[in-house]
This record gives sequence, C-alpha cells and structure tokens, in this order.
Amino acid sequence: MSLSVKHLLGIKELQPEDIQTIFRTADNFKQVLQRQIKKVPALRDTTVANIFFENSTRTRISFELAQKRLSADVVNFSASGSSVSKGETLIDTVNNILAMKVDMVVMRHSASGAPWFLANHIDASIINAGDGINEHPTQALLDAFSMREKLGDLKGKRITIIGDIMHSRVALSNIYCLNKLGAEVMVAGPPTLIPKHIEGLGVKVEYDVKKALQWGEVANVLRIQLERQHKPLFSTLREYALYYGINKQMLDDLQKEMIIMHPGPINRGVELSSDAADSKQSIILDQVENGVAIRMAVIYLLSGKSELE
Amino acid sequence: MKTLLDTKQLDITLQRLAHQLIENHTQFKDTVLIGIQPRGVWLSDRIAGLLKGITGQQSIPYGKLDITFYRDDVHQGNEIHVPSQTEIPFSIEDKNVILVDDVLHTGRTIRSAMDALIDYGRPKSVELLVLIDRRFSRELPIQPDYVGRTVDTIITQKVKVYWKEKDQKDEVVLID
Repeated sequence: MSLSVKHLLGIKELQPEDIQTIFRTADNFKQVLQRQIKKVPALRDTTVANIFFENSTRTRISFELAQKRLSADVVNFSASGSSVSKGETLIDTVNNILAMKVDMVVMRHSASGAPWFLANHIDASIINAGDGINEHPTQALLDAFSMREKLGDLKGKRITIIGDIMHSRVALSNIYCLNKLGAEVMVAGPPTLIPKHIEGLGVKVEYDVKKALQWGEVANVLRIQLERQHKPLFSTLREYALYYGINKQMLDDLQKEMIIMHPGPINRGVELSSDAADSKQSIILDQVENGVAIRMAVIYLLSGKSELE
Repeated sequence: MKTLLDTKQLDITLQRLAHQLIENHTQFKDTVLIGIQPRGVWLSDRIAGLLKGITGQQSIPYGKLDITFYRDDVHQGNEIHVPSQTEIPFSIEDKNVILVDDVLHTGRTIRSAMDALIDYGRPKSVELLVLIDRRFSRELPIQPDYVGRTVDTIITQKVKVYWKEKDQKDEVVLID
C-alpha cells in the first residue's frame, strides 16, 4: 500500500488515505530521528536533486537533512549564480541535471504551476517545495502532523489560519489538507488579504481576529509576505500589527489554551509578537522538527516510482 | 495444502520454545525479547506471555522491531513497503537479544533485522528464535538458535501461520 500519486505536486491531488499513510510513515521516521543513530539505509540507491529557483533556508535544510537521514545522495542547485542567469529554460536545466542519473527532484519555483509543467516533461518523481502563490504541500503536511500530535485525529477540530491568505501557498495547501482530514477551517485577516470567493473552498471567513481566536483550537499565523505584494494592501506594518497581529495578552484573555503555529520566517512584532511566538502555547519549533520526519516519509514513499512507468 | 502444526501441536511447540529460552536465560535478567514486525510479533506476544507465566515475573523486557527501512529490496518490487511501529522501550546496550520471527526462509529479513537492531545500540549477543525453519531455501548464512519445526520446502511453496488473535484459529499450513 503506497501513495496513489507519482509526484507530490499539491495536496489537492492527494487522497485522504495518502495523507494518513504519510503520517504513519512519518511517525516511524520521527522515532528514528530520536535515536543515537539518526539514519536508515533505505535510499542508498537513490539520488535527489534539490532545485531552488527561489530563496529558502528552513525548507531547503529540512529537505536536505531528510534525504541524508535516508542515506540518499544529494545535489543542491540554486538559480542564482547558475546557468539559469545565462537564459537556460526550466526543462533544459532539469533535464541536464537528470542526465547525470538523478532519480528525484525537489523544486521550489516562483511561478505557480511550475512543478505541474515539469511533471509533464520529465520522468523523475517531483516534490513541490513551494510554487509561487499556489501550493506548499510538505508544509501543510507537517502543519497537520504537528496539530495531530497535539489534538489527535483532526476530524471536527477547528483550525484558524490568520494573516496574508491571498499571497500564501501555505494557506492554500493547509486548507486542502485540513479539509481532507475532516477539520473545520476558518481564514482570518484584513479583507484586502483574503481572496474573494474563498468560501468556495469550504472555509469560514472572519475579519475580526479576536473572534477568530475565540472560534478555533489552533491558530496557524502566516507571514506577511511583503515581497509578493506589488501594490500596498494595508497602510503600514504598525497598523497591521495593531489590528491583526497576535500577542500574548490576546491569548491570555481567551480562557483556553490555544495552540500557536507559524511556518516561519516570523516577522516578529508584525503578525506575531515575540511573547506569543516564544510562549508555551507555541509549537513553532515542533513544526520544524516534524518537517524532517514528514519530508523523509514523502521522499521514501515516492522513491522508486520513477522506474515504474 | 498440508497442516504442519495444528492447534495442539502449536501449543506444545510454543511451550517447548519458552522452556528452552528459560533453560539458557533463567530469570531473563540481561536478556530481552524482540519480535520482528509485522508477523513475528504475533509469535513474540505468545512467547512473552508464556515466559511470564513460567517464570512468575511481572514483565519480561519485550520490544518490537520494524525492519522496513533496512530491507535489501526497497526498490525491487512494485510497491514500496509502509512501515509498522518499532517499540523498544529499553536500552539493548550489552543485553542478550533474542530476535523472534515466525518463518525463517531466505534469511534476508534476519539480516535486515540485525542491521536495524545495531542502530539501537550494541547488544552483548543476538540469538534467533523461529517457529518454522524452511531449511533448504537459505540465501544468506543465517541459522536459528531455537526452532519450532524444521520443514523441507521448495521455493514455490508457501508457509502460512494463523494466529487465533487475528485469524480465529491457531494453525501452521504448507501451501503448494
């Protein structure tokens, strides 16, 4: 019983059983990561290329560690300072890397849909490490996995996603993933940062952050992505922090222990205050830890699928 | 299809295996039992239960080991194997480990299990207990220390072990 897909392009294409299989496998890998010897020989015969056309610290290190813990060989490629700046096309770049006998590609790209395009043109399995403002599947999986650790089965649980929903691939993948797991999802933030008709994805919309906190059991606070905003959608960061930022006082006023998450990197003092980010309720570092186990599970379960076609 | 062990014979065999373990390890002071996931665990559950009864001890150090990530055929079949749980709630450092599996065939599972085990620590010794030993089909130089029943089989035959906890009956059969 393996996954129903050959690539992990988006959560949208996964079956709920796929997500459960990934979680169960990640449980095992999490255990491996807590041993003295944090490594298994499963992917000795596999080479993975990490191709990043966009900046990344956490995701990239997390993927690379996951690959090394599985004993895979790893090559890293970043667009800056490469032949891409000489005008090479995406397919040429990737095909040249694959010609060196690479079995699997992990790709981040600023263009939404780039991994789907690539999947139509190459044989290797592709894992999407974030494409434009579309999907970031491994982030959604590790978020849901971290929630599951705290809350158990997510069916019927109330999850709030707060912040820049419009420009966030994390938000979209989270919505798909949580829906498939049977959780209830609410998005909250300023009206200019919440896409119109997002209710069509089966989520509730709230413009008052305090009400959103009242409603949920988990708050996944997203980063304000200034680099993706081409025209200003709120006046100042200070105003945003004042009306939509989460701080410890708001959490203390809640009469319940709300779980706080953030995919990083945090704009401290904007969407999340330092006292909230560093509070006991925050599971931000658990998310990072679980990221390696989740990525090990995805890479392991997709490995060997290239030759099957 | 031929019955290798019926309910009664299986019971006697398990009793004997448990007694043989005690003969060598008396009070299980520095000895631990580790069942190999998924199928060896049904056997190790039984053996652990019998050992408790015979020694009168509250608990026998008992763990379960998943070997999925240590297999030598990860990418040979069409399906990738989804792992089962590993539960080893104690250190195996300097312990006598008894690996438990239901059927010993090519020896490849046991090879993987030894690699997996050593990633958890350095045991003092490792022994192997199996219910059925298909002795002429080994592909690696691995032999058991405790055997329920030795059978001569050819590669196309299959040995199936039924446990009443999951299959509603205790029986071992040889399928042609």
